[in-house]
Amino acid sequence: MPKPILNDRRRRLATSATQTLSSLATLLPILLGVVLMTGLLLEFLPVEAMADWFGQSAFLDALTGALTGSVAAGHPVTSYVIGGELLERGVSLIAVTAFVVSWVTVGSIQLPAEMLLLGKRFALYRNLICFGLSILIALLTVSSLYLMDLAP
Amino acid sequence: MTARSAARGGIWFLAAVLTLYGFAYMLYPVSTGYAMDRSLALAGRLLPVLGIVVLVLFFSNLLLEREWVRENLGVHSGPRGWFLAAVGGILAAGPVYPWYALFGGLRSKGMRTGLMAVFLYTRAVKLPLLPLLIHYFGLAYSLILFGYLTLLSLPAGLLLERLVGKQAPASPDSGA
Repeated sequence: MPKPILNDRRRRLATSATQTLSSLATLLPILLGVVLMTGLLLEFLPVEAMADWFGQSAFLDALTGALTGSVAAGHPVTSYVIGGELLERGVSLIAVTAFVVSWVTVGSIQLPAEMLLLGKRFALYRNLICFGLSILIALLTVSSLYLMDLAP
Repeated sequence: MTARSAARGGIWFLAAVLTLYGFAYMLYPVSTGYAMDRSLALAGRLLPVLGIVVLVLFFSNLLLEREWVRENLGVHSGPRGWFLAAVGGILAAGPVYPWYALFGGLRSKGMRTGLMAVFLYTRAVKLPLLPLLIHYFGLAYSLILFGYLTLLSLPAGLLLERLVGKQAPASPDSGA
C-alpha cells in the first residue's frame, strides 16, 4: 500500500519544514542584533588602537591579549593581521597567541545569542573556559616552540 | 531555555541594540552610519552561511532521529561522538552564531553538552586560513597551535559537562 507511506513522508517533510521555519524565526532577530552590535563595536572600538595596552609582564600581556581578543569581533583573518602587526611592534608571542585564540573561541558580542539559544549557564561557563584556555594554549604553544628550538 | 522564551528574548535583544543605535546616532551620526554600513556588509557575508545552516537544520530535522542522535552524539556515544564533534567543528564554515540554532534542536534530541562545546571550540581551527596563519607566524607555530586547539577541545568539553551537566533537561519545546 504506497499511499500511507507517501502520506507519512509528506507529514515528515511538513513537520521538518515547520520546525526549520520556527528555528529561523527565533534565530533571525538574535542574528540581526549580533550583526548590528558587531558593526557598532568595529566602528567605535578600533582594535588596532589597543596595541598600546601591551608592554607589561608576559602574564599581564597574555591576560590583556586574551581580554582584547574576547571583546573584539570580526573575521579571524583580522586577528591574524593584527596579531602579526603586534608582533612587529614587539608585543610578546604569548600575548599575541592569547589574543588570536580568544578572538576565535570567546564570543562576548554573541554571548546574548548563545545564552538565548543554548542557555545562560552553558554560554557563560563555555566562554569562561575558552578564556582560560586561550592563556593556557598561548603558554603551551610558545613553550613548545622554545622546547623544540623552533621559536621565531 | 524554551523556544518561546528564546524567541521573546531575541526580540528584546534586538530592540535593545536598536535603542543603542538610536542613542549612538544622536551623539555620533556619521560614525553610526559607518557602523550600519559595516553591519550590512557583515550581513551580506552571513547570508550564504545562514543558507547552509537552514539546509542543515531542515535535513537534521528530517533525517536525524532522536535515536541516532542519542547513539552517535549522546551521553554514551564515546570516542565516535567526540571525533564527530571535533571534525564537524573544524569543517564548519562562517560565523558561529547561526550554528547555535542547530545545537538547540540537536540537544533536545539528546546531544551531549560536551560535544556541543567541542564543536564550538574546534571551530577555531580554520583550515582554509592555515596558509595565512603560516605567513604571519610560521609553519611550526601554526601546526602546534592548531594541534593544541584540537587536543584541548576535549578537556574543555569535559570541564563544561562537570559544570552544567552532560545533558540539558528534557523540554518538549526546547531548541530554537
